[in-house]
Amino acid sequence: MKQAESWLLLLTSCVLCVSTHSIAGSGKLLATPGVSQVEGSAGGGIVPWAQLAGYASEVQWSLGGFCSRASVDDYRLDVCGIQANLFDRVELSYAEQTFAVPALNTDIEQSVSGVKVRLYGDIVYSTWPQLSLGLQHKSLKDDAVAALLGAEDDSGTDIYLAASKLHLGMLGGYNAFWNITARHTKANQLGLLGFGGQHGSERIYLEASTAIFLSQHLALGYEYREKPDNLGLGEQQWQDVFVAWFINKQVNITAAWLDLGSIAGQPGQTGWYVSVTGYF
Amino acid sequence: MNNKAHHMTRNLVASLIVLLACVWMGGCQSAARPTLYQKIGGEAGLERLVDLFIQEIGRDKAILPYFAKANVSRFRQGFITHLCDTLDGPCDYQGDSMIQIHTGMQITEADFNRVVELLINAMTEAGIDHTTQNQILARLAPLRGVVIKM
Ligand code: HEM
Repeated sequence: MKQAESWLLLLTSCVLCVSTHSIAGSGKLLATPGVSQVEGSAGGGIVPWAQLAGYASEVQWSLGGFCSRASVDDYRLDVCGIQANLFDRVELSYAEQTFAVPALNTDIEQSVSGVKVRLYGDIVYSTWPQLSLGLQHKSLKDDAVAALLGAEDDSGTDIYLAASKLHLGMLGGYNAFWNITARHTKANQLGLLGFGGQHGSERIYLEASTAIFLSQHLALGYEYREKPDNLGLGEQQWQDVFVAWFINKQVNITAAWLDLGSIAGQPGQTGWYVSVTGYF
Repeated sequence: MNNKAHHMTRNLVASLIVLLACVWMGGCQSAARPTLYQKIGGEAGLERLVDLFIQEIGRDKAILPYFAKANVSRFRQGFITHLCDTLDGPCDYQGDSMIQIHTGMQITEADFNRVVELLINAMTEAGIDHTTQNQILARLAPLRGVVIKM
């Protein structure tokens, strides 16, 4: 929490200091920042991408916010968060997740503070893919369920490296996008079920997204996210098929069909996802 | 599965792969395939596009100042010839290099993208379809490096 507070302070002061001689950025092409993923970073729905949130170019900043809901057979996840983009170099994000488990009549709450740094490139213009390095620090408000299931910790930090590229006109004239992310994590189901466990093995997990732009405003895509099974409950990969509608540079809306596999021993969790992101 | 059916499936799979490869590579190169220049309606289409583009620039507060001292008719002719050349039309641009022209302008990343948006607006107004627009942008995008921050 202290960390989040200091970030907020930093964010506010940055906004104040740059707002006098810079405008909130809109220097990127429509849709190129992507949307917001469930841990608060710019990305698809479940995978953080190499792009930073918002339309700020290298002499601009931007601020954004989003809310998302994922609803599967036995659970529901609600997330809201904020994002700042500083000079297309650093993305700061903070998100709060509420995971509803009706069967236990309980809500599990977690906060995620994120930072992402663009290391190289631009998804449209550079020869090689855009490359970013990110951290997501996650912290459970209450670890009762996590502890019950055998998780070791109530907080953890994911580190990931993401590469992404947009190919103009590549698929029969349509723009094609892909992103690959490699993540080191001990989080069980994003961290909602704690971190680590008896069956844990430290390794890198792969995530990927791909999309085709049917128009300037509409993208159709698929995502995949490999996940650990530290608790031995049969945690599986996540997948989704999404439609993202970039109404303008201020608002985008995403809808997806989810296949989240088994969650806490309940198999075959499929359902719907909707998300709205706005930038100032 | 009998032998004939097996053969047919194999041929079908093979043709599918070739077809997909073609789409991925940006299309099969055959003589009948129109150039981007032809797709936008040849000389008349190109001139109309560039005129619409110039109108877009004229209406844009951020971009117009770059052209404060420019000679519009010279720009129009130079840009038409350059675009015609870039889109495989029957032209050979012999004007100043992109670096020479844009040196000293200090064009920012954001303003470059703004110009791309103005071109997209002009292409849409000219009735150029989405996929052709993307293919045109794909030809111009690699030139960004010799145009911005010079
Ligand atoms: C890939 C992108 C671009 C291409 C291919 C391009 C190409 C050209 C060409 C062919 C000319 C005319 C040369 C002649 O006079 O024969 C020109 C002139 C000019 N361009 Fe660009 N340009 C690009 C991007 C930009 C951008 C982003 C800006 C400003 C934000 C810009 C500002 C100008 C100006 C002001 C002139 C007129 C110079 C003068 O006549 O004094 N260009 N450009």
